[in-house]
Amino acid sequence: MLDDFFIRALLAGIGIALITGPIGCFVIWRRLSFFAGTLAHSALLGVTMALVFELNIALSVFLISAVIAIFLLQLQTKTNLPNDALLGLLAHSSLAIGLVIIGFLTTIRFDVMGLLFGDILAVSQNDLLLIWGGGLFILIILKIIWKPLFASTINYDLAKAEGMNPDRYNAIFTILMAAIIAISIKIVGLLLITGMLIIPAALARNISNNPIQMALLSTIGGLLSILIGLFSSLEFNTASGPSIITAALLLFLISLIKTKKFSELKK
Amino acid sequence: MENKKKVLLKVENVGVSMNDKSLVKGVSFEVKQGEIVTLIGPNGSGKSTTAKIALGIYKKIDGKVKTYTNKIGYVPQKISIDWTLPIRVSDFMTLTEELTQDQINIALNLTGVEHLKNKSLSNLSGGEFQRVLIARAISKQPELLVLDEPVQGVDFKGEIALYELIKKISDKMKCGILLISHDLHVVMSATDYVLCLNGHVCCSGTPHHVVQDSKYKELFGDRASNILSLYEHKHDHTHSPDGTIDQK
Repeated sequence: MLDDFFIRALLAGIGIALITGPIGCFVIWRRLSFFAGTLAHSALLGVTMALVFELNIALSVFLISAVIAIFLLQLQTKTNLPNDALLGLLAHSSLAIGLVIIGFLTTIRFDVMGLLFGDILAVSQNDLLLIWGGGLFILIILKIIWKPLFASTINYDLAKAEGMNPDRYNAIFTILMAAIIAISIKIVGLLLITGMLIIPAALARNISNNPIQMALLSTIGGLLSILIGLFSSLEFNTASGPSIITAALLLFLISLIKTKKFSELKK
Repeated sequence: MENKKKVLLKVENVGVSMNDKSLVKGVSFEVKQGEIVTLIGPNGSGKSTTAKIALGIYKKIDGKVKTYTNKIGYVPQKISIDWTLPIRVSDFMTLTEELTQDQINIALNLTGVEHLKNKSLSNLSGGEFQRVLIARAISKQPELLVLDEPVQGVDFKGEIALYELIKKISDKMKCGILLISHDLHVVMSATDYVLCLNGHVCCSGTPHHVVQDSKYKELFGDRASNILSLYEHKHDHTHSPDGTIDQK
């Protein structure tokens, strides 16, 4: 009943949910959801660069994300435009440049839809290796930097004054975000990876009262979304990426009902 | 005796500018073990900025800051915790330092908020939050404490108790304290050295010295100079050179 491709899809999805769970919490704590979206949009440029220069796709996406992040920091020093405007500028212009370059690549057949929405059912052994290897690496780094990163998230001045070096950890976190997008872009797609980062974390916030608990619940929420999404995409023959995000949204709505009950109980 | 006290923080002729406008300049002082140094001055005079310079928060500053300890506790003037971040008082206590449950309890007990240990930070009142901030800063047994308006929003009775606690900490734990306060009464009665700021150092010295300075009177008005008299107790005895006390 369960074919090989489906097992691989499940393993890939589970791997991604394990990373996006805790990282997604930091994304919403630090108000970086739009930033994550910008990095994801720039992934299209990363993929086209990979095709032009015959690079590894994940590596190329990672590098372009890093370049965009650095470029953003540069822009912030040059202009007083608010952050969301700068992020929108970068997101859409990198997407546009990517699409323009695709136009020139007449010799290469290219699945734009797959790139936008992901193709979790076409996961190869190598993809699995990348997700689980890279994912493990990301989680280990996150575990090591958790405390200083968390302190920097709460208050920059406090962390800096008490010797936590927030600049360093903010930079490492940006690199981790770029890495997540690089390894999951093929599976979830660039339009949906931000959803995977934010929705499970958002639902976890509704039902948790401390940071560790929120990170765990966010991971569980992500895992459930993957399972429900993938099985229903098999059942109803729907696209896998969008099914996963829809499942996540349903779980989020359920978490809202629960918090309402909680607050009624407290009264 | 005086010379044996370890210098914890030395600030030499520091200043900082933002968008070509100087926020504060030419400030020098040092904080020694067991000493309380206070910054006073009107709003926008650069008190918090000076504290932040001393803590190394600004990237570009003029002058030199030397810190001789890495055990620092900081109570910032403003800190806001976003609702998206669920955090209890006990989580906040261990933000920059690993602490045992006992250490957490003792610190919270000292500032009178032990009962709030498992509450969410976002549910605390302003005064409760300040008490938690102070508890967190002292729980790690710092050598240098930097307190920026530490009792804002605390009720009157609690305010006095907290200032007494701060004084006790500096005596007992032998830590140096850099304090920013609006409360001239407290400043004048409990501190060892006062810097009066207004974009630069207007005057500085012992509280006794500062209240008599004409620049202090200009900044705070005549009534402020009478403050010290409230706290000066009348001596009913004199000290002879060998340290014995002669009753009158």
